[in-house]
Amino acid sequence: MASVASKLYSDDVSLLVLLLDTNPLFWDTTSTTFSQFLSHVLAFLNAVLGLNQLNQVVVIATGYSSCDYVYDSSLTSNVSSESRGARMPALFGSLLEKLEDFIGRDAELAEGDEHVDRIASSLLSGSLSMALCYIQRVFRSGHLHPQPRILCLQGSPDGPEQYVAVMNSIFSAQRLMVPIDSCYIGTQNSAFLQQASYITGGVHHAPKQLDGLFQFLTTIFATDLHTRGFVQLPKPVGVDFRASCFCHKKTIDMGYVCSVCLSIFCEHHKKCSTCGSVFGQSKLDAANASSSVNDRKRRAPDS
Amino acid sequence: MSDWQVKYKSSLKDRGTEGILKLREGILLFVPNDPTSDSKLKVLTPNIKSQKYTKEGSKKPAWLNLSNKQGDSHIFEFQNYQDMHACRALITKALAKCEEEQPKKPAAVLTSAEQLSIADLELRFKVLRENIELQRLHKEFVETKVLTEDEFWATRKKLLGKDSIRKSKQQVGLKSMMVSGIKPSTDGRTNRVTFNLTSEIIFQIFAEKPAVRQAFINYVPSKMTEKDFWTKYFRAEYLYSTKNTAVAAAEAAEDEELAVFLKPDEILAQEARQKIRRVDPTLDMEADQGDDYTHLMDHGIQRDGTMDVVEPQNGQFRRSLLQDLNRHAAVVLEGRNIDVDSENTRSVAEALARVKQVSKADGETTKDANQERLARMSRLAEMEDLQAPQNFPLAPLSIKDPRDYFESQQGNVVNEPRGAGTLKRNVHEAYGSLKESILEIRTKGLRDPLIKPEVAFEVFRSLTQTISTAKNIIGKNPRESFLDRLPKSTRDEVLHHWTSIQELLKHFWSSYPITTTYLHTKVGKLKDAMSNSYSQLEAMKESVQSELRHQLSLLVRPMQQALDAAFQHYDADLQRRTAKSARGSAGEANGSV
Repeated sequence: MASVASKLYSDDVSLLVLLLDTNPLFWDTTSTTFSQFLSHVLAFLNAVLGLNQLNQVVVIATGYSSCDYVYDSSLTSNVSSESRGARMPALFGSLLEKLEDFIGRDAELAEGDEHVDRIASSLLSGSLSMALCYIQRVFRSGHLHPQPRILCLQGSPDGPEQYVAVMNSIFSAQRLMVPIDSCYIGTQNSAFLQQASYITGGVHHAPKQLDGLFQFLTTIFATDLHTRGFVQLPKPVGVDFRASCFCHKKTIDMGYVCSVCLSIFCEHHKKCSTCGSVFGQSKLDAANASSSVNDRKRRAPDS
Repeated sequence: MSDWQVKYKSSLKDRGTEGILKLREGILLFVPNDPTSDSKLKVLTPNIKSQKYTKEGSKKPAWLNLSNKQGDSHIFEFQNYQDMHACRALITKALAKCEEEQPKKPAAVLTSAEQLSIADLELRFKVLRENIELQRLHKEFVETKVLTEDEFWATRKKLLGKDSIRKSKQQVGLKSMMVSGIKPSTDGRTNRVTFNLTSEIIFQIFAEKPAVRQAFINYVPSKMTEKDFWTKYFRAEYLYSTKNTAVAAAEAAEDEELAVFLKPDEILAQEARQKIRRVDPTLDMEADQGDDYTHLMDHGIQRDGTMDVVEPQNGQFRRSLLQDLNRHAAVVLEGRNIDVDSENTRSVAEALARVKQVSKADGETTKDANQERLARMSRLAEMEDLQAPQNFPLAPLSIKDPRDYFESQQGNVVNEPRGAGTLKRNVHEAYGSLKESILEIRTKGLRDPLIKPEVAFEVFRSLTQTISTAKNIIGKNPRESFLDRLPKSTRDEVLHHWTSIQELLKHFWSSYPITTTYLHTKVGKLKDAMSNSYSQLEAMKESVQSELRHQLSLLVRPMQQALDAAFQHYDADLQRRTAKSARGSAGEANGSV
C-alpha cells in the first residue's frame, strides 16, 4: 500500500493478460490432458511473475459459452483457504478454485444452449474484449503502469461467426498499441490468431510438441515488450488473411465487398446488411455471371 | 507589275548600274541595260534573309537593300518610292510563301508507306521520351525488326489518341483584357491616328456593343463598305477620347451613321431593363441601377479619368469607365458561345445576333413564371407575428434497434450436420473430464519434473532453426518483398523481362489463327524473340547467388510457363499445318491422276 507513485517503473515491467482456452470439446480430443497443460501454464505464470517484482498477471478463461476473469495477481486475496494436504503452491490456489467454479457455470450454460450445431470454438472474441477492458482501466489508472500485452493460448478452431467481433477487438488492440501474442496448440491453422498477431505486432507460434510447452512459453512469450527489440523471435512465413463472410459466416477468400462499410459477402446482395446502403444494378444485369458492382476482393493465403 | 527600272549598287558607294529588276516565281532577276556589263544578278527568294529600305520623306533616294543568307547585300535604287514599296511588298509575300513551303520538304522525305503526318511522329516521340520503359521496349523490338512500328503502336492508340483529343476539346475563353479599348497609335508627324483591328477585337466589339453589331448588319455592304464602317466607328471612338462633346454633337448631327456610334446603346439598355424586371422583387436593386444605361451622368469617373460635369444636352456623348468595364466583364463571363470562323466579319455579327435572339426567346417570362414570382414576393413580405400557426408535416424519427445489428451477425450460421443429441452428450462428458483434470492437479500439484531436458533441448534446437531460416527467407523486415533483396541490376532485368515477354505474348496470341503469310512471318519472328528471352531468363537464374536462386526461380516461373505454353501452341499448330498440307498435296496428287 506504499504510495504507488513512489515506485519507479522501469522499461521491462509488464502486465500479461493470459487468455486460457477451456473449451471442453477441444480438450476432449487432444492427447495432452488439461492437467498437464495447466501445470505448464502455471509454471510459466510463476516464471513471469518472477522476472520482475512489479510484473502483473491476469488470467481470463475462454469457455465454450462464457468467459470470466479467474486470476489477478495484483489482488491480495489470492491465498487459498484450503490447506489440507494441498500440494499446489498457495499462490494459485484461488486460480484453480475460480477456474473450477467457472467451468461449472459454463457447463450449466451449455446445457441450456439450443445452438448446439456450431463449430466447437471457444469464445475468443469475448475474452479479447474483457482483456482489452481491463487494460483500458489500467491505462486510465495513471501515468505509472506496466506495459500490457495479451497472450492467447488457444487450441480450439476459429468460429467464423465471431469474425466481426474478433476483428473489432484486434483493431482496438492496435489502437491501444497492445500486442496480441498467440500460441496455437490445436491441429488446424487459426487465421484469427495469425491476423491478430500480425496486425498488432505480436508474436505468433504454433508449437508442435505439447510436452515441451513450458519451454516454448518461456522462450518466446515471456519476453517483455522492451526486450523484444533485442531478441529475435520466430516470425511466421506468411499470414492467412482469409475472412469470413458476413451473411453465412463461411470462410472465403474471394467475395463481394461493400464499398461504404467494407463488409464482406459471399454472394450478391441487393442491400448491405451492415450499413444499409443499396447496391446498384447496372453491371450485374449486363454481365449475368459473376461480375458485380462492388469491388472484388481476393485474398489468398500466403504461406 | 513586277518589272522595275532600277539602278543596282553592290555597295553604298557604288554609282550603280541601270537595269531592270524582275521578280518571278521564287527568283529575283536583275538584268542590266548595258549588255556588256557583267553585274547580272540572280537571287533566289528563299535566300533572302532581310530587306531594308529608306524612308519616304527623307532626302535619300528610294533604296531597297536585300541581304541574303551568305551575308552579301544588294542595293537597288528605285525611281520612286511607290515602285520601291511595291517591290518590297511582293518580296515580302514571296518570302512568306517560301517559309511555308520549307517545312513541307522534309515531311516529304519522312513519309513512309503509311503516310504519317509530322504531328503524329512528334506525338510518338514525345510519348517515347516521357516513358522510359516504353522506349526500352521500342528499342528492343522495333529496331531489331521483330515488330513493326505500326504493330507496336496499334495497341497503344490510347496513349497517342488522348493528346489530340485533349487539344481539340479545349474551349478557348475570352480575354479579360479589353482589347477593344486599346488606345490607337498616333503619329504626330503625319497627323494620323492608326487603330489596329484584329478578328479578336472585332469579336469583342460585336459582343459588347450590340448596337454596333446591329448597325454593321444593317449598313454593310448595302450602305458602305466594311472599311468605311470601321473608319466611322473609330472616328466615333476618337471623338469620345477627345472629350470634346460639342464636336461630337456636331458630327452626330451631320452624319447619321456616326450618330449611331455616338449615342448610347439602345439595345443594351433594353436588355438591361428586361433583366431588371426579371429579378426577384425582394432583392435590393439600388446598387444595380447605376450600372447600366439607366443611370445618372452627374457622378462617377468618365472614361478618361476626369470628373467634369457635363451639359445635359451633350450628356449622351459621354461614356463612363464603369459602364464599359461592367459590360466587358459581363461578356467575358458569358464566354465564347459561337464557333464561327472569325474571318468573315459579317458571319460573326450574324451569329452573335442569332444567339442573342435565342437567349431572348428563352428568357421571356411566361405567365406561370410571373405567378411564381408574385407568390414568392408575397411569401417574403409577410410579417411573422401576424401569421397563423403552421403545422408542418413531421417525419417520424426512426432510431434502429441496435440489437438488430448484433443479431444479424449471428443468423445464418453455417450448420455442420451433426447429431444434436450426441453433441449434447459429448459436451456433458467433456465438462466432466475437464473438472476431473482440475481436481487432479489440485491434489497432485504441478508435474514433476515439469519438462524433460531432452524435450527442452529439442525445443531450443527447432526454434533456433526456425528463426534462422525465416531470417534467410524473409529478411529482417517481415514486410520487405523479395524483389528488394535482389541486386539492382538483376531486379531491373527481371522487371524488364516481364514487360517484354508480355508484349511478345500479346502480339503472338493475337496473330493466331494464322491466315496470311504476313502473320506467318510475324509469328516466326516472335517465336525467335521468345526463345531468346527464355534463354536469357535461364542465364539470369544461373548468375544469381545461391541463396537467392530458389526465390528467383519461383519468381521467374510464371514467365517461363507462359512462354512454354506459347511454344507448345506454336509447335502444335505447325504440326497441324504440315500434316494438312501433306494430306492436301497427297490428295491433290491422287486427284490429279
